[in-house]
Order: sequence, then C-alpha cells, then structure tokens
Amino acid sequence: MSEKIFMKGCEAVAEAAIRAGCRFYAGYPITPQNEVPEYLSRMMPKVGGVFLQGESEVASANMLYAGGVSGTRSMTTSSSCGISLMSEAISWMALQHVPTVIGNFARGGPGIGSIQPSQQDYVQATKASGNGGFQMIVLAPATVQEAVDMTYEAFDLADKYSFPTYILLDGFIGTMMEPVVLPPAKTDEEIAAIKASKKWVPNGSRGKNSLDQKGTLDYRNEKEAEMYEEWKKTEVKYETYLTEDAEVILTGYGISARIAKSVVNDMRKEGYKVGFIRPLRVNPFPEQAFEDLDYSKVRGILCTELSKPALYAVDVKNVVRGRCPVETALRSGGEIITADEIYEAAVKLYGAK
Amino acid sequence: MELVYKKPEIISDTQPNNFCPGCMHSSTWKIISEVVEEMGLADKTVWVAGVGCVANAHRYIQLDRFGIGHGRGCAGASAFKRCNPETFVFTYQGDGDLAAIGLAETMSAANRGDNFTVIFVNNGTYGMTGGQMAPTTLIGQKTTTTPYGRTAEEHGYPMHMCEILNVLEAPSYIARVTTADVPNAKKAKQAVRDAFQHQLDGKGFSFVEFISNCPTNWGMTPLESLDHIHNTVLKEFPLGVFRNR
Repeated sequence: MSEKIFMKGCEAVAEAAIRAGCRFYAGYPITPQNEVPEYLSRMMPKVGGVFLQGESEVASANMLYAGGVSGTRSMTTSSSCGISLMSEAISWMALQHVPTVIGNFARGGPGIGSIQPSQQDYVQATKASGNGGFQMIVLAPATVQEAVDMTYEAFDLADKYSFPTYILLDGFIGTMMEPVVLPPAKTDEEIAAIKASKKWVPNGSRGKNSLDQKGTLDYRNEKEAEMYEEWKKTEVKYETYLTEDAEVILTGYGISARIAKSVVNDMRKEGYKVGFIRPLRVNPFPEQAFEDLDYSKVRGILCTELSKPALYAVDVKNVVRGRCPVETALRSGGEIITADEIYEAAVKLYGAK
Repeated sequence: MELVYKKPEIISDTQPNNFCPGCMHSSTWKIISEVVEEMGLADKTVWVAGVGCVANAHRYIQLDRFGIGHGRGCAGASAFKRCNPETFVFTYQGDGDLAAIGLAETMSAANRGDNFTVIFVNNGTYGMTGGQMAPTTLIGQKTTTTPYGRTAEEHGYPMHMCEILNVLEAPSYIARVTTADVPNAKKAKQAVRDAFQHQLDGKGFSFVEFISNCPTNWGMTPLESLDHIHNTVLKEFPLGVFRNR
C-alpha cells in the first residue's frame, strides 16, 4: 500500500475517487481537467460504476445531484467557467442536503478566460457557489498527493454532513505528474454499506423516504448556519511553518503557497525570520492560524495568489484587522508567479534585517 | 355491497391536490396513479418532479420522488435510474420545463435512450408563474408576455415535442394523448400503461405528452377549456401513437 507511483494529477484524483467508493461520475469536457472524465470512463465499467457524459455542465451537475440522491457516492469535476454553469445544481444540493463531491481545476477568468492554471475562483468557492448563501467545506491541495488524500477525504466529509463538498484545485495540480501513494480501495461490501446507510434515499417507499428537510426555510437556513459555525470548530485544517519567531509571514493556498514556501526556505538561509501559513481548507477559514501570531513581532503578511484582484488576501485582512500590514504578490489570468517575484515582495515588506 | 370503484391508494385520503378547479393535472395524475397501482409499481416508483404547478402533487400523490431544477428532470432521471436500475422512474414536467429551459436535457436523454418514462403536460402556457408564453403556445394565443397574441414573425411556431423526438433513433415509445373526454382518457391510460411497460422491458426512453388545459390562465371555465382543446388545440397538436417499438 505504501508503493509510490508516478501519476498525473487529474488521473490521481480520479483513481482516488474510485478508491473512496465513488460509483457515479458525470461531467462535460473542459480543459484542463479532461483526464478525469477520460480516466473514469475507462474505470467505472470495470468497478460496476456509472460514467455519464452530460450534454452540458448544467446537465452534468444535475446528474451529479441525482447520483447523490440515489445514495451513490458521486462526483463531478470541471473548471472555472464550467463550475459557474454548475451553480444551479450545487445550490440544489445544499437545499436538499445531497452529499456529492465537486472538483474545480481552476483556470483563468472571468468568462472563458484562459485554459492555464489560476486561483480566481476563491470567493466563488468559499462564499457563493450558487444562490442562497450556503457554504461548503472547501479543500485546497498544493500537491498531487494532497489532491489524492483530499479527494478520498471529501467523500467522507460529504457523507458526514450530507452536503456537497468542494475541492479547489488548479490547472497545475491537474496536469503535472508527481509521485503519489494511493489510499486503500473500499471494498464492494463497504461501498454497499455506505449506500445502504442513507435511509433518506427515495426507493419506492410510497413517500416515506424524502429529501424534504423539516421545517420552514428560515429554520432550515438557521440550522445550516449552525453547521457552518460548527465547521469553524471541527473542520479547520492548516499548515504553519517557522511562524514562532517570524517577522514576516508568507501565506497562500494551493500551488502559489507551494512556491511561497520555497521562498521561505530561501530567505531563512539568508537570515530573514520569515514564516508560512497555508490553509489546507479555505472554508472554514483558518482564523486561529492568524490569531496565534505575535503581532508585536510581525512586520507584515504577504499573500501570494494567482488572482487579480487578490481574493484570499481579503479574508486574511478580515482576520488580521489592521494589526499589521497585509500586502500581496499576484499574478493572474493563467500566468504563474515566480519565486523571485515573491522573494522581492517579501524582502520589501521585511525592510531592514 | 359490491365495490365498483375506488380511488388508487397512492392518492392521499387527507391531502388536497391543490390544483385549480377544472385543471387536467388531476385527471392526469389519476391515470398515472391507477396505472402505477395496477402494474404493481408503487413499491419501486421514484418520480422526478419538475418545477411549476406539478409541485401541487407532492403531498397528495404518495410515491417517493425527488425534485430537481427547472428543466433538468431528464438529466436527473437518467442519472438516478442508471445508479439504481431496480427502481421505476418517471418524470412529470410541464411545457416550459421540458420544451424550453430543459430542451437540451430532454433531447439528450431521449437520444441516449435512457430507460425511464416522461410524462409531459402541455397546456400551452406557464401556469404557476401566471400565464406567460410557452414554446407550445398557439399562434394568436394571448398570454401575459404575448398580450397581442403570439405571432410566427416574432415568436416562431409552437413546438411539437412528439414529432421532434420522433426523428431520434433511440426512443422506444412516443405518444400524444388527452384527458379532455372519456374515450381519449381511456386511450391516455393505455398509452401510460404501454410507456411504463417499455421501461419495465428495458426498451429505453418512453414519452407520453398530455394535451392539457389551464382554465385559470386561459381565462375560460373548465368546460370552455375542454371545448377549446377539441376545437383548436388538437388541430395544432394531433393525438396518436408516434412510435411503439
């Protein structure tokens, strides 16, 4: 089980989904994630699952909704403008508490934007993936291994809360190859038991089984809001690195954070006291990571993102509340930020050593 | 005393149907309920509820169902039936739902030959939202968004879903029926029975269009609306079985 194999991100995510017990996938072609549906169209028939290429992202997401309603562990993936088209059905999943997994291999925007990797969907993913003010747990991998582990975990989270769960990837994670250790594959018995545990699945019980949530919409929204608050206590995950004595903090999520972390290592070698914070989940936001900083020492925080304007940095500013400057190092529209650019911005923020 | 007639058990004893007086949704549901019960399907039926007046059936029809976004019934039914093929699945959709916002989902599911049944209720208007123009609105018909009447020049012609679907290879059963009179209601029941049998036999996509009414938004009494169907609507939308393979 600990054998490392070399896999492309999209295919690794697809294989992780199969191993997590995903037995329904619907999707529509869009770059840069086509290897996910291609892989699953090959694999689903071999494991007794269902692969369905929808006629649009709108249809695919509604197929995903119905796959979730059937009790089957279900997933779709898309990219940015495709995810926008899925908003309708994602909002329905939140309305009806349908467990599903949605993966966004984000690309440049707005609109059709570019096919290159980007991080311009942060606000959409964390705050407004559809109408109605709902939220999802949003996992944000920075390596192919994390993409595998988080995909596997996403199905458990979806079932735990009976709610859609979102993986915010980017085109880099999807298209690069890295060594990965794959998680154990769930057995047919385990998968059947998971499906059978969903007692609400409509199956011919003459109206006894129902997705209909109890109470008025006001009451249900309040219960959902309570769940989002609970997530802040139980579902926050983040990484900190060399923050204890840090005078400048570099922060970001996903691929841009990975570059920033390499800059932290370089700057430490030069004697700069720099640290690093990276959310592994961008919703719920890791407020505690920033509360734990000693603002008598921290000169500033540098947010790295592949987005203009900065989106993640807004959440950082809302937590920091003026206790230190929050600056940004940004690229957008499918261009990648270099370590040098982050280095220069960090050194400028640091000032004299 | 001999029992000569009873309502299907799946029609609730206590819940009202909430449809407007004279609306043919209730006679359509009565036929569906009778066929579901007579064919012994109630314990495996999951129907997919479109968006519109159909929401009024949610409580008084005691069958498992799930709702889905406006127009997406055929996408949802395709996925659900493929994941749980042991269930019996039909969608119940109006003309705005199926033929306007959901046209791509309808055509694609039909073209794939997905193995479920569509009950399509065509009354030429959006009932729930107050009587706007539908793809099936007749030329000359006044609606709240065609206050001067539908014209071919501005709005195009009424869409004939049975005829459109009939050019596809995959669908196995396509029929247009009405409950506007008793002889036709009997034919309608047979069409539903045939369509359901196609699904049970695994033949793929089956489709029954009900020519229906909307006395409220047509501005007619229920009896006038039945006359209107016979005198006008059926001339545009001829009844019949288009395909039975």
